Parts: sequence; structure tokens; C-alpha cells
Amino acid sequence: MKRLLPLLLILLPLSSIAETPEEMGLAISIEADRRDSGWHDQTADLIMTLKNKHGQESRRKIRTRTIEVENDGDKGLTIFDEPRDVKGTALLSFSHKIENDDQWLYLPALKRVKRIASANKSGAFMGSEFAFEDVSSQEVEKYTYKYLRDESLDGQPTFVVERYPVSKYSGYTRQVVWIDQAEYRVLKTDYYDRKNAALKTLTFKGYQKYLDQYWRAHDMYMINHQTGKSTLLQWSNFKFNTGLTSRDFDKNSLKRVR
Amino acid sequence: MNSIPIRRIFYALALLTITTCATAGEWSGFVALENRYFPEDALSSEQHDNYLSIVAEPEYYRDWDDGKQSFIFVPFVRIDQHDDERTHVDIRELEWIKAAEEHEWRIGVRKVFWGVTEFQHLVDIINQTDAVENVDGEDKLGQPMINFALIKEWGTLDLFALVGFRERTFPGVEGRPRTTPPVDPDQSDFESSAEKDHIDLAIRWSHALGDWDIGVYHFSGTSRDPRFTIGMDDGAPVLVPFYDQIDQTGIDVQATKGNWLWKLEAIRRSGQGDSFAAATAGFEYTFVGVAESGIDVGIVSEYLFDDRDEDALTAFEDDLALGVRLTFNDAQSTELLFGVIADLDDDARLWSLEGSRRLQESWKLSVEARIFSNIPPEDFFLFGLRDDDFIQVELARFF
Repeated sequence: MKRLLPLLLILLPLSSIAETPEEMGLAISIEADRRDSGWHDQTADLIMTLKNKHGQESRRKIRTRTIEVENDGDKGLTIFDEPRDVKGTALLSFSHKIENDDQWLYLPALKRVKRIASANKSGAFMGSEFAFEDVSSQEVEKYTYKYLRDESLDGQPTFVVERYPVSKYSGYTRQVVWIDQAEYRVLKTDYYDRKNAALKTLTFKGYQKYLDQYWRAHDMYMINHQTGKSTLLQWSNFKFNTGLTSRDFDKNSLKRVR
Repeated sequence: MNSIPIRRIFYALALLTITTCATAGEWSGFVALENRYFPEDALSSEQHDNYLSIVAEPEYYRDWDDGKQSFIFVPFVRIDQHDDERTHVDIRELEWIKAAEEHEWRIGVRKVFWGVTEFQHLVDIINQTDAVENVDGEDKLGQPMINFALIKEWGTLDLFALVGFRERTFPGVEGRPRTTPPVDPDQSDFESSAEKDHIDLAIRWSHALGDWDIGVYHFSGTSRDPRFTIGMDDGAPVLVPFYDQIDQTGIDVQATKGNWLWKLEAIRRSGQGDSFAAATAGFEYTFVGVAESGIDVGIVSEYLFDDRDEDALTAFEDDLALGVRLTFNDAQSTELLFGVIADLDDDARLWSLEGSRRLQESWKLSVEARIFSNIPPEDFFLFGLRDDDFIQVELARFF
């Protein structure tokens, strides 16, 4: 019964539980976040393919480890395997709901852990079309919201919600997010730059369900409309409840990880 | 009969570990070809204008016990066309790590870095500098040690027993850049009668508190920086290193505030002449995606201070440093780093330019240029380098 109540609420017309478009947008985001909570920890492998406007490709191989933190953002460890010259480089992130995330980068050649300015949210991640703020933990509190409309996307009914980054360091004025009404999964995001010009579109494909509950997209495709460059993320090998603890996400483990 | 030095036993045990462990695991690393060109005439007729060298640093890694235990072996070799001292081998790492919930054991030959600043690494003391590699002091020799880390809510407490001292490497007679006269490490002298077998000790507490990263330590043992006396070798003058027993307390702090990084490193050392203090303090600020180019521009500025003034065993006693780092955020990870260190008491300037770019998937091209300008004769450390400006190109293949 405990799980039934929120489901019942969703079945009601949205306007009856949330009056304004802002409240509706927030309610949809909270529900999406609620459905993706409670998985404790996960690991996954990632192949990132960068493509420039001439079609030349470049590949990165990455492993990720993530753990949920109660009443705060997730902690994440990102380990780089390819290209080979950055092998052993690793990024430790403590994401927070409102304040800037904490990030430490491990540079294996010098054995140096360097705290980096996570306020650089709009900086490119690994030379890709993903900014640091796109790959960091998406907490509800990082945006304000406005419900725009219902729309069908590739035959699926979706909520279209506009969201506005709270941080002054964000590279965006707004994002438009398509969330499917059946499972509350993000299917597409449009990004608008600081001048409110269309910048990028991210599409999510190949959703699979894990632990009977949590949906993970296996393909994420980001295209930059202004430069013609694109980045494809191909996820694999998702594992949950792997026994990770917060001790696996500290500066000591960052120096140890390979 | 001579007693077997403890560090020999250490290496022997470690080598034994390799032979038993090197069955499963993975190899990575690089091989590189490097060319250094010196446009100015050398001070000594024994030196050359062009130096070709090849370097390799493979890494073997293996973990087990769910990643809680790991073994790492990193040998290093460089073969230099002219400089017999720069032609050298080292074991950079040969270590076993065992991690538990509240502690870690790290035993073997290791590299440990402490510090936060960019232009000099004042608090970094565990490893000896492999000074034949480069003049920036960032290359280090492997240090045999037993390191226990206690990991608690209040931070990490690291205890070190450093078993066996590594002498600094110095360019040979034919090497360049080098001091004039050259250093003769064969005549090195030590304050401790145990010489290279002296066991050095260190304790360090470090913690991240919100926006602050803090480390405090005390080191007691053989100074990594030697003092020098003038000696003779085959009738020619040489510099002879003397390694004092020192006590050094150090602190490193970084505050990360928005796009600003504020940094401080400070030490107090006794046992090497009069007690003295030294510090590096400064900031780093990054402009992200400048002028919609996608290029990040980082500005670094630091003040370098040493209260021994001109008697300092360093060239940096009252200097201001400025650096500009361009990160192109392209698929080739192109980077350019420009730096200058200016002595505030005279016109001495150290200029540097470093650039790198990936080629294909596994190659990397690096270019480095260094200029030593207006070095006054009183600047003991740099005066010998006054005609040793160089440009270096390195092509590395990673595997």
C-alpha cells in the first residue's frame, strides 16, 4: 500500500494537485527523483565517442561508481581507462543539492590529488559536448521548474517541463525536458545557452529496467547545434548494491583506484 | 663483514613479491623519444648542443580481495645520448596496498605527493627529486617506505617510516642544463653516520572540511635538499652534496571558492644551518569557455618566499610567479601552459612554455621551452644555467 499512494496521485489530473505551472513542473521532477531513489550504489562502464563536424571520431573509456547519500547529492568516482595517456586519472565528486559540488582530480603521473573549482560547471567534460553540469548528479534542488505542456514524443505521452539552473555558474539560461508519463524517464533535453540560443540536444535511448524498479538509458546522444560536434555515451555493465561504502569515495581511495 | 643495508633487504623482498605476483594483472605505460636542443654555446666544452634520449615507464597493476589489496610495479629507464648520469634506471613504484574501512597499509617503494601550489613544491618532502630528468623538480625517485594511514571522521593520519635514503640525481659532466662546476655525487657526505641507511620518519594529518583542504605534517630525517661544498675530482673543481639531518614542519591549505582556488604552502626547517621559514602563496582562477571558443583560460599567480634570502638553497627567495594555462577542450586534449618566475630583487627571469596534444588515440606530442634570462652571478643555483635555454620535443606512445 505504501507504494500505491503516490501512484494514485499521479493518476489524478495534474491540475488538481498542483495549481500553477511552476508547482506542476516541480511535482513532476520530485516524482521522477523519487522513482529513482533507493538504489544505494551502482557501477557502470561507459564508452564515450566524440565526433567533430567532419565526422572524425575519438573514443574514451570510463568506469563509474556512484553511491547515494541521504539528504545530500550522490558521491561519484569516475575512472579513465582510455585514451591511454590519461589512464589512471580519476575524478571524485560529492554533489550537493544547492551548494557547488566538491570535486577532486587525481593526476597519476604526479600522484597528485587536486581539488578543482566545481563552479566551472559549464566546462567541457573530457573534451566532449557534455559539460560538467550535464554529467553531475541531477538533484531536484539544482533547478526551478515550469510545466509547459503534454506532448507525444516518438509515440510516448510526455510531460514537457522547462527548468532553470539555480547556480549563477551554469552555462544555461534554461533546459526543456521531455519526461515520459508512464515511467517518469527523461527522453530528451534541449539546452539553451546564456544568450538563450538553442545550444545542444540530448536524447536518451535503450532504457532498461534494473532491480525491477530503476530505469537506465544505455545510449545518450548529445548534439551541439552551434558547432555540429556530437558525443555518444554508450553505457553497459550496470551493477547495483555492489557493497560500496562511503569509504570507497574519499581521497585515499581516489589515490588507490585504477 | 659488511652488514647488509636494510634498503637492500627491502628491495630484495619486493622483487621476490613481483616474481610471485606477476601472473595475472595488467600492463600499461609509455615509451617516448625526446630531443633537447640548446641554441646557445655551452659554458663547458664537454657539453653538447643537442641531446637525444629515449625513456620508458611501464606499469604493472594487479588487485584482488575485491580491490581491497593491490600490487603495483613501475620501473623506469632513460637512455641519454651524451649524459651518463641522465642515463639511469629507477624503481618508481613497487608497492603493496591493503585497504580496510578505517586504515590502509602501503608498503614498498612509492611516490607520495603533498601540496597545492604550482610553481614550486615546498612541502613535498617524501620523495627525492630526480633532478636529471628536468629542472622543474617534478620528477621523483621511488622511496622505500612503510606507510600506515588511519582514516577517521576527523581526517587521515599518515605515519611514515622511510627506510633508506635516495640521493638526488645530478647531470654528469656532459649533461645540460647543469651547474658549473658539476655535482659529484660519488663524494656525497652525510651528517648521519648511518648515511643512506638512516630511517626517516614523518607524520601527517590531512582533511577536507567543506571548501577547505588542509594538511599539516612533521618530518624528521635526512634533508632531500643537499648543501654543497667545493671539492676536487681529477684536478677539476666539483660541487659535493652534503645531506643534513633536519626537522621540518609544514602546512598546505587550499580554499576552493567559486572559480577561485586560494593556496598556501609553508614550512619551517631546522638542522640545516640556521632555522628558516619558507612559503608559497597564491591563487588560481579559471575563465570557462572564453569568448564562446570553448577554451578555458586559467590564471595562476604565486609569491615565493624564503627567509634565508640570498643564502637560500633555492633560487626562489623573493619571487613572483605568473602562469597562464590554455585548455582547448578538443578531442586531442590540447593544452598550453606559459609561466614566468620573476626575482623581485634583481632582473632574473625564468620563462617556460609547455604544450601537449594527443595524436591518434595513443600518441602524445609534447613541447617544452625554458629560458633563463638576466641571471646575476650572485644567484648561485641559476648562474650555471644562464646559457642553458632549451627547447624540448617529446613524442610518446602510450600502451
